[in-house]
This record gives sequence, structure tokens and C-alpha cells, in this order.
Amino acid sequence: MSTPALLELCNVARDYPVGPTPLFGRRATLRALDGIDLKVPAGSIFGVVGESGSGKSTLARIVMALDRPTAGNVLFDGDDLFLLPPAALAARRRDFQMVFQDPYGSLDPRSRIGRTVAEPLHVVPDALRGAERAALVGEALESVGLKAADAARFPHEFSGGQRQRIAIARALITRPKLVVADEAVSALDLSVQAQVLNLLRSLRDRHGITVLFITHNLAVIDCVADHVAVMYRGRVVETGPAQAVFARPFHPYTQLLIAAEPSLERIGRGLRRTPSAPPSAQIEGGGCAFLARCPLASGRCAAEAPALRALEPGRASACHHAEALTEGASSLHFPT
Amino acid sequence: MMLEVRDLAIDIARPDAEPLRLVNDVSFRLAAGRTLGIVGESGSGKSMLLKALIGLLPGTIRATGSILFDGTDLLALGEAEMCRVRGRRIGMIFQEPMTALNPAQRIGDQIAEGIRWHRRVSAAEARAEALQWLERVRIPDARRRIDTYPHEMSGGQRQRVGIAIALAMRPDLLIADEPTTALDVTVQAEILDIFDELVSDLGVGLILVSHDLGVIGRIADETLVLYAGTRMEEGPTEAVLRHPRHPYTRGLLAAMPRRGGGVGAGGDLPTIPGTVPSLAALPPGCRFANRCGCVTEACRAAEPAWRTAADGRGLRCILGPEAAA
Amino acid sequence: MSGALLSRLAGRLPLILGGAITACIIGTALVSQVWTPEAPTRMRFALKLKGPLAQGLLGTDHFGRDLTSMLMVGAWNSLSIAVLAVLLGAMAGTLLGVTAAARAGIIDGAIMRLCDILFAFPAVLSAIMLGALMGPGALTAVVAIGVFMIPVFARVTRSAAAQVWARDYVLAARAAGKGAARITLEHVLPNIAGQIIVQVTIQLGLAILTEAGLSFLGLGIAPPAPSWGRMLADAQTYLTAAPHLALVPGIAIALSVLGFNLLGDGLRDLIDPRRRLAA
Repeated sequence: MSTPALLELCNVARDYPVGPTPLFGRRATLRALDGIDLKVPAGSIFGVVGESGSGKSTLARIVMALDRPTAGNVLFDGDDLFLLPPAALAARRRDFQMVFQDPYGSLDPRSRIGRTVAEPLHVVPDALRGAERAALVGEALESVGLKAADAARFPHEFSGGQRQRIAIARALITRPKLVVADEAVSALDLSVQAQVLNLLRSLRDRHGITVLFITHNLAVIDCVADHVAVMYRGRVVETGPAQAVFARPFHPYTQLLIAAEPSLERIGRGLRRTPSAPPSAQIEGGGCAFLARCPLASGRCAAEAPALRALEPGRASACHHAEALTEGASSLHFPT
Repeated sequence: MMLEVRDLAIDIARPDAEPLRLVNDVSFRLAAGRTLGIVGESGSGKSMLLKALIGLLPGTIRATGSILFDGTDLLALGEAEMCRVRGRRIGMIFQEPMTALNPAQRIGDQIAEGIRWHRRVSAAEARAEALQWLERVRIPDARRRIDTYPHEMSGGQRQRVGIAIALAMRPDLLIADEPTTALDVTVQAEILDIFDELVSDLGVGLILVSHDLGVIGRIADETLVLYAGTRMEEGPTEAVLRHPRHPYTRGLLAAMPRRGGGVGAGGDLPTIPGTVPSLAALPPGCRFANRCGCVTEACRAAEPAWRTAADGRGLRCILGPEAAA
Repeated sequence: MSGALLSRLAGRLPLILGGAITACIIGTALVSQVWTPEAPTRMRFALKLKGPLAQGLLGTDHFGRDLTSMLMVGAWNSLSIAVLAVLLGAMAGTLLGVTAAARAGIIDGAIMRLCDILFAFPAVLSAIMLGALMGPGALTAVVAIGVFMIPVFARVTRSAAAQVWARDYVLAARAAGKGAARITLEHVLPNIAGQIIVQVTIQLGLAILTEAGLSFLGLGIAPPAPSWGRMLADAQTYLTAAPHLALVPGIAIALSVLGFNLLGDGLRDLIDPRRRLAA
């Protein structure tokens, strides 16, 4: 990764209190993120893939400064977001915008499209007013394939795919450097999903916008992302160039995800048995979180949590036995 | 044939206009021990089709045609008779399992209740059988989990319980509406394995609706592609997904992001332009005409009829099966 | 076709009926300010205790005052006290509710406990206490009823606003750097306005009822200004001799409460998209 990083997360952790408040002592906490180190190069699409409970949505909220990390630093374009005074943070918000998963929930049903799209201009000090502002909104709508006249309409007049375009237009109006897309295409129909993915790629290619693309769908990441980070239960277990990671994964969890994903390469019943045994408990002290499901598990894995370490240029894996995978062992056998 | 749907059409009454046709000209067959995958995006009419199958259409919506289930036309049955079919003979599995489970009842009791409703067995026997079903759907540590409540389980485990409840009534036909859409991929793979096993071992028929062609490819023997309220293509799954004949099916397959698809940093993903038309404002002629890359003048003249080719595959396209080859 | 039309009309019946009754009462109240058949306070002992149609439309009371005129002016008095009280309750309650929803934690808890305490004092009790402090009168009635309504509005508003706060479009507004007050004004209030309006209509009916109760106890507007509650109270003595003295204000009160409740139900159906689909 020779290009400078636009976004850098250093040892970010986030705990959430869970369960009832005891009379004495402190509430139990759940570690949603644990020691996250990430560098997102400027002008790339950076995919974050993980299942429910992996902490990927918490990551999105922290990058958007909607939630504070319990520990660690988030550096955006050189500034530590959580050390900035509130006014300075608000001013920086024009540089990072978000697209949400649910195109029905992310647009205020009572606001006209024009007002919704213009909302992020709130933090832009020299924001245009009146006709110039309307022109800017129209431009943003046209850049996502809608009409400037749509600004006068209400969300319920649009389909799911069109709504997601409106959400993207809202994210683009401040000409941000970073767009965080949290499961931005998961709720869309297949034929519409491809349109939105192409739109996100054109943002990178035409405007040099960096996209942090969070999803559970490997195939989507593989199609659009330059780099990928695979998350499992609050930790990054593997990073690298997207195509390389999926072609030759260096972590057993990445392999499991690839094996589990339905694919048109294998059609028909009775062809596969998928590894089972779902995760049992939370991250306990010490030990690898993937231990219970891992075919490579050894004594060392139970005693010592593996750190993310570089294996090849640009590629890293958090597995003690990653070498066994780099040396071309094509596929693991998971216990069923 | 266990299930045979013939010329099904579904209309909704409108207060100030002619009834609106939601589903038109749908026919298919399903044998015991086989699976049918139904592919449909939003607006395809799949939800209405499923509701018609289990007789749960709202009062303002009327189905015509016939749904023959072991020779009986379900559309001709009264509500009381349909009640005996629902659950006992046709089981239903939902996208969000929590909606189908009673949050205030232990999961073991929920399964046993269905067993005892269906057959005269003692409570102890029903419980023992409930345990077997939980093991069958691979709930880990089933002996202990039988006394837990739904909210104590993960989404994947709840979906397994939903399957166990449906199966405990020993239905002949199982209808699953996007049963894995809300689940993680690793959990989805396990659930699909369970479906596969149950269909093979117990000989139930399975209708599975999904928008995910990968899921359809994994589980379905036959595939039916719906678009804007009617069928566009039907045939053996492998044939339909590997050699699609309808431009819509081809468009869906092309638009599906694939791993190692080689798109990389280069060209765009192929897309189907436009959106699904509203049923109240269908284009003249073929419903897919204004999004279709192969559209001709004749397509807009009249809606193409459903045709069955020599190899048994069905198609609703003016170009016929040869054009795709 | 006519069946479908009928069923649609039946679905709208509460709205139409409630709207009609409410419009009649408001109309009567407004007319009373410019014209009444007689001066409502003019005593005519020669004409006392006349039945309906025997003297004027609705007869006279034990002082010979014209019942029709009293009823009309009473409508104005009852309605204005009810409207002012609900306005007070709705504004204060909504403010508390949206604040509680926007600020989870200690502030939320404090506001809701305050509401619990207010809830523990029925309007009549607070009116008696206020009456002792400020003396009976219209202001006492407005404040007593209004304070009683604050927790009702606070609760409805808080739960509705909390649902809006959970939506992604609020998250988007936060991501745009907007503060809680601005989000409340721009996103929360427009989306819960319908529910508040429904609540206002229903509470108006309740306020009229409570105002009548307070006047009945002598805690409402000062005599000799007529009010429905006091008309009822005065009628007690002549209940057997002249039952129409009780019936006239009684029916007026019942009808107005019914009218506002029907209007509230109708508006709720109109605003709630799920019910609108079903209808």
C-alpha cells in the first residue's frame, strides 16, 4: 500500500455494556471491536466483510464519528477525529459521508428529496442558498442518474433502487473524500444492485472518492473492492488485495466463508456438506476467537490470541498457522 | 403429482377501477421428494403466489385457476377445510423466524404442541419426538436447548426451530419464503444442507422462494422464474442457470456479482436497465419489453404466449429457445 | 359498486360524524359571541322553569334565564377553557416528550418520573389545591386541566419520538452534523405531528368533561357566566320538577365528548398508513 492512507484506525476498541445494571460494581461489557488496525488508501474501494456480530457496523459508526471508541485512535486525513473540538469535528463532517443499508428507513418520509439531499450542506460554512443550492442538489441527483426535477418529490414516489441513489446523492453533495457504505446494496434486487455497484465504482474512478464498503457478501466485495479486511467477532483476521485474498485465503475463517457462499460454480443438491458448529461464547481472555470452528487449531491457539501479521507484501493474516495456508494447501477440511 | 398449479391468476378488487391482475398465467408441478425454486424480485408476485397456495389471501383478493394438492383443488376448499390442510399437510417457513415463534413458550413445547395436535400421543412421547426434531435440524446440545425460549437463541437457531415446528406436523409440502435471507452465509449453508437432507430422507416436497440465484442453484431441482406477476422461464435448475433462454434470466445471471468474476478494476457489471414496471401500468405486449436488450417490434404488439420446448423447458419469449443458444 | 362506495363511507363514518358534531359545537360557541336569543344572564322570574318550546327553544331555568342562550355561551366558555388547557398540556408535554426522547439517560429518567408524579394528581385534586391558592376561576381550571394533561402528551410524544430517533434518516442527520434540537425540529416533529394532533382531539373531549366536573364543584369559571358544568349543578335541586335543566347540558357534554373522540379516531385512521391500506 504505497498510496497514502486517507483513513487510519489504530488499535481501536469499543465495549458496550450488556445485561442488567448490578447494584454494586460495573455492568458487564461486550467487546464489539478489539484492537482494530486498518489503513484505507486514498482513492480506493476498501471492503470490510464479516457476518453478524463481527463488529463491522460498529466500525462504520466509529469511522463516521457517530460513536466513540473505548480505546484507540481514528485518523482521518491526518486528524484524530476524537481529539478534535466539536466545532472542528462538525466542519470535518463534510469530508466523510455515509450510505445506509435500508433505503426505506434512511430517507425522511416527510421531507422532499431536495431537502434530504441538501442536508449534509448543514456543516459547510460557505454553503450556497436558494437557486444555487437547488442547482447543486440537481447536479447531485443527475450524477446518480436521477432528474433534477425529482428534488420536489417525496421518497414514497421512488423504488428501492432509486431511493438508494438518492441516499448516494445526499452523500455526494459535499464532495466528500470518504463515503462509508454499510450494506448499501444488500436490500436491493439483483438487477438494481448491479446498477448501484457500478455507480459506487464510478465515484472512485471519476472523482477519486474513497469508499469504505461494508458487507456480508463476498462476491460483491470481490467485484468492486481493491482491498479487503475480513472481520470475525470484533477483530480483523485477514487483510489484502480483494482478488488475491479470495483466490488464496490465508485465514481458515476466510476459507470457511468462501466455502459457505452459494455459487453458480456448483449447482445441484447433495453436493456439499458445510462445516457446522456455530460460535459458542464471546471472546474470552487469550486464545483465538475462531478456535472452536478451526480445523488447524492447536494448543498454541488456545493459549495465545494470534496477532495480524504480514505474510506477503500487502497481505496479512491473524492465524498462527497461516504458513500452512500460504504454501498452497488448497482447501481445508472442516469438521462437520 | 403431489402439487399441480394450473392457470393460476390472482386479482385484487379496486374500489374505483377494474380489478388489478397481480399474478397471471402461472402453472407448475411438484412431485414428492423434489424441490422447486422460485426466483422473483420485488413486484414479481411471489408473495401472492405463496399466499394463494396456503389459502391466506386477503378478502379483497381472488384467485382463479386451480391448485391441485393430491387431487384436491385447494381453491375450492372452504376456510374450515383449508385449516386442516394448513400446517398438517402444508408447512410454512418464513424469512424472519421470530415472527413465526411464540416468544412466551419454550421451543420444545411449541414443537410438541404441533405433534399432539396432529396425532394422539402422550406429552412425554411428544417431547421425545420434539427432541428428535431438534437434533434433526442440528441444534447443538438439543437436550438442554429444548427448554429455552426463542429470544435466547441466535437467528440461525431460531430458523432451525421454525423448520422443526413445521416438520413435526409431518407435512407433505413445505413452503419456504426467503428462509435464509436474514442469515449469515455460513448459517445459510447449514440450513440449506438441512433442507436438502429432509427432502431426500423424508420425501417432502419443497418450494423455496429466493432472490439469490446461488441459493436456488444449491437447493432447487426445478426453477421457475417470475417477473412482474407472471412466469418467464421454467426448467431443470442446472439447465436454466447454465443455459438461460429468457433475456430476463440471462440479465439476472449477468448482473449477479461473482467471486473471481474477473470484473476487477475494469469494466462495469452488466445491468438490467430500468426498474420492474408497476402492475397497474404494464407496458403493452411483453412485460419485460422496455428493459430487454433483444426487444423487437413484435414484442410490443402482444404478450408472448407460454411455450414448452421439445426438451420440456418452458419459456415466455417471442424469440424462442433457439435465440439464446 | 355501490357496495364498495358504502363500505368506504362506513370506514370514514367516525371522521364525518365527529367532524360534523365538532363543527356544530364550535359554530354554536362562535355564534354565541355575537348573538344569543336572550341575554344569558337576564333573570325573568315570571318565566321560571318553563319546559322546552314553552319559552324559547329549550325552556328556562329557576331564575327564568333562557336555557338556549346559556347553553350557547356555555359552549364558548367550556370550549375555550378546554382548548387553552389542552394547548398548555400539549405544548409542555410535547416539549418534555421530545426532550426525553432526544436525551436518553438521566434527563429522560427525570422527565418520566416527573410525569409519574403529575399523573398521581387527578385534575380535580390539583384544581382544589390551585383553587385554594389562586381562588376559583377560568385560569385555575385551565392550569389544573392543562397540568393534568402534560404527562399524557409527554408519554405519547416520547414513545413516538423514540421510534423516529431509531430510524436511519436521523442517523443520517447526525452524520451531517446536526444537533439534537435541530433534528427534533426538522425530522422528529414533522413525523410525529399526526399522532399529536390525534391526541389533541381526544384530549379536548376529556378536557370538556373535566371542565364540566370542575364547574359542577364550583371550581370553574366564576358565576354568573354560564358553563355546562354549573348548569348541571344548579339542575340538581329541580331534578324531578324540571328534568330538562339537567338533560340539556348533560346531552351537550356527552355529545361534544363523543364528537371529539370520533374525530380523533377518524383522524388516526386517516393518518396511520397501515389502517388507511386496510380501509
